[in-house]
Amino acid sequence: MAVAAAKLKSVGAARSPLLGFAMFTPAVLYILLLIGAPFCLAIFYAFSDARIGAPIDWAHFWRHFVGLENFRSILQSPSFRSALKNSIIFTVAAQIIVMVCANILSIALEKPFRGRGLVRFLILLPWVAPVSLGTIGWKWILDSIYSVITWVLVWLGFVNKFSPPMWLGQEGLAITSVILVHCWRLIPFSTVILLAGRSAIPKEIPEAAAIDGAGFWRTTFQINLPIMTPILGVAVLFGTIFTFTDLAVVNLLTNGGPYDSTQTLPNLAFTQGIQGSDLAAGAAISVFLVPVLVAIAYLMLRVAHRAEVV
Amino acid sequence: MAVVETRKLTKVFKEGELGAVNEVDLETREGEFLVFLGPSGSGKTTLLRMIAGLETPTAGEILIGGKVVNDLTPRERRIAMVFQSYALYPHLTVYNNIAFPLKAQKVPRHTHKEKVEWAASLLGIGGLLQRKPRELSGGERQRVALARAIVREPSVFLLDEPLSNLDAKLRLSAREELERFHRRVGTTTIYVTHDQVEAMAMGDRVMVLNKGVVRQIGTPKEVYDDPADTFVATFLGSPPMNLIENDGIIVGFRPEHFRLAEDIRESAKVIFKFRVENVEYLGAEFILSGVLVGGKADGKKVIARLLLGHDFEIGTTHDFAVGQHQLKFFDRSTEKKIPPRSLTWQ
Repeated sequence: MAVAAAKLKSVGAARSPLLGFAMFTPAVLYILLLIGAPFCLAIFYAFSDARIGAPIDWAHFWRHFVGLENFRSILQSPSFRSALKNSIIFTVAAQIIVMVCANILSIALEKPFRGRGLVRFLILLPWVAPVSLGTIGWKWILDSIYSVITWVLVWLGFVNKFSPPMWLGQEGLAITSVILVHCWRLIPFSTVILLAGRSAIPKEIPEAAAIDGAGFWRTTFQINLPIMTPILGVAVLFGTIFTFTDLAVVNLLTNGGPYDSTQTLPNLAFTQGIQGSDLAAGAAISVFLVPVLVAIAYLMLRVAHRAEVV
Repeated sequence: MAVVETRKLTKVFKEGELGAVNEVDLETREGEFLVFLGPSGSGKTTLLRMIAGLETPTAGEILIGGKVVNDLTPRERRIAMVFQSYALYPHLTVYNNIAFPLKAQKVPRHTHKEKVEWAASLLGIGGLLQRKPRELSGGERQRVALARAIVREPSVFLLDEPLSNLDAKLRLSAREELERFHRRVGTTTIYVTHDQVEAMAMGDRVMVLNKGVVRQIGTPKEVYDDPADTFVATFLGSPPMNLIENDGIIVGFRPEHFRLAEDIRESAKVIFKFRVENVEYLGAEFILSGVLVGGKADGKKVIARLLLGHDFEIGTTHDFAVGQHQLKFFDRSTEKKIPPRSLTWQ
């Protein structure tokens, strides 16, 4: 009886429009105010001549339209081209390294062993730490004078003490450093996702493969990984978006230098739009990312969905 | 074809605890269909998994074809196994599922098609080769799993409750199909089940396990008619054997041997007064449960299984009897079978 009454009540509640509104209004407000409004503003700025210190005259906002001028100008800028190239290189390279490492880690952490809980906890730590703090730590580790990596290499005799590598000051090394910091940050996240995906495979399936005569590599590449495709897709999708849109790592580590060699789109947008007062250019750079990210998200979700149906 | 043998095979999962499998000695016969029968937790699946090489024994030896295989991987043992869940590879088509063992064991590629088609036609799934497992019914999946098992012509088949995921009707036909299939290929087969009907129907021999210990191994007739202990006596048969204590000895008789005294022709019989307390009508037979009245067995609950032909009112008392040679005797403390003896019942 009580259950039936509760059911009736809940049906009544669902039919009451007020409660329904009250329930979803916070979510809608959040999305509209904190995501929708800035996004629309950014699109508007990208087609305008907005600058910090030269306020938009909202009563005649159409007078500020400059068409595709901002996009024409950023596309001609070498900084932008280098930022676009680097954003893609960082994202792709980091995803490849992260996927390899996270897979190895998830295989290693799958079977129980002594201290597995502690190891899992330690691996998860980089993800728990705020990006900026972690990056500042890396800045110190990669410092030109105080780098512990240099100390170790000197001690091992690989590096001359008087001309140490400038981890963040030489083009190739700076690019590598940025990629590795991204990997350091993303590996825990992907490992956790892949561990979940791996544990969702019924254990009879790899066992059947073992009985069918498959060794470790065949089981991994022909059985486990294909079954995990949807979850791999999710990990890559998130990793791509996190890396592509990340501002903190590059901003704190190199701020795009040396000579724009580690410049990325978010950092360039921030430098030009906020620090350089050219709001319109910053917005154009930011908005430039959107179609790319939407396309990536669409592709990944399709891959994930198709694999899921299997 | 090969013989599987285990010597004092033991598996202890947690040190200090009772083993899941304890000192099991067994030897299959050439081409035999051997059934491991036991309740859940009896160690039958663990035993099978050790033979397959998926579980490492704590002690003892496993021999396949006369060779100790303890240290061999599953692939080196040349066995095939069908899992309870079938464990088909969900991302591969039926064709690729069946071909997977051939690829994994590096069978020459040009023979794959022929072998897959042979296995598929043997199981009547030739039309399903391009489907994915999710597009198959339970019975079809089971056949694909079997086809994947036979395609590389293994020396031993291990089947882990392959029928338990099928509905009752399908299970019966799948059972017959498995029997026919075994007769045709004649490969030594070990079959794990908790279903006594399956065990009795399919097994050349049945090995009854409980708590990791072999209770009895014999033909279905032997384990049913001549149980080695009270566990086997009550685990096989539905309803189970009646057990009554008398003079420090446990006496057992099957419900179908407990009948109206006038229907029993033998002269040597033990007569009981039986008060009916419940009647279950099952179509072809009655299951009567009630208590014995008077004598040493006064108040003992027993079950009788009778063919139709009589009517029994609840609460009435009748003269029932058991033929003397249908009585089984067990030691009270060890619960093991002991030779027949004559007891007084009054």
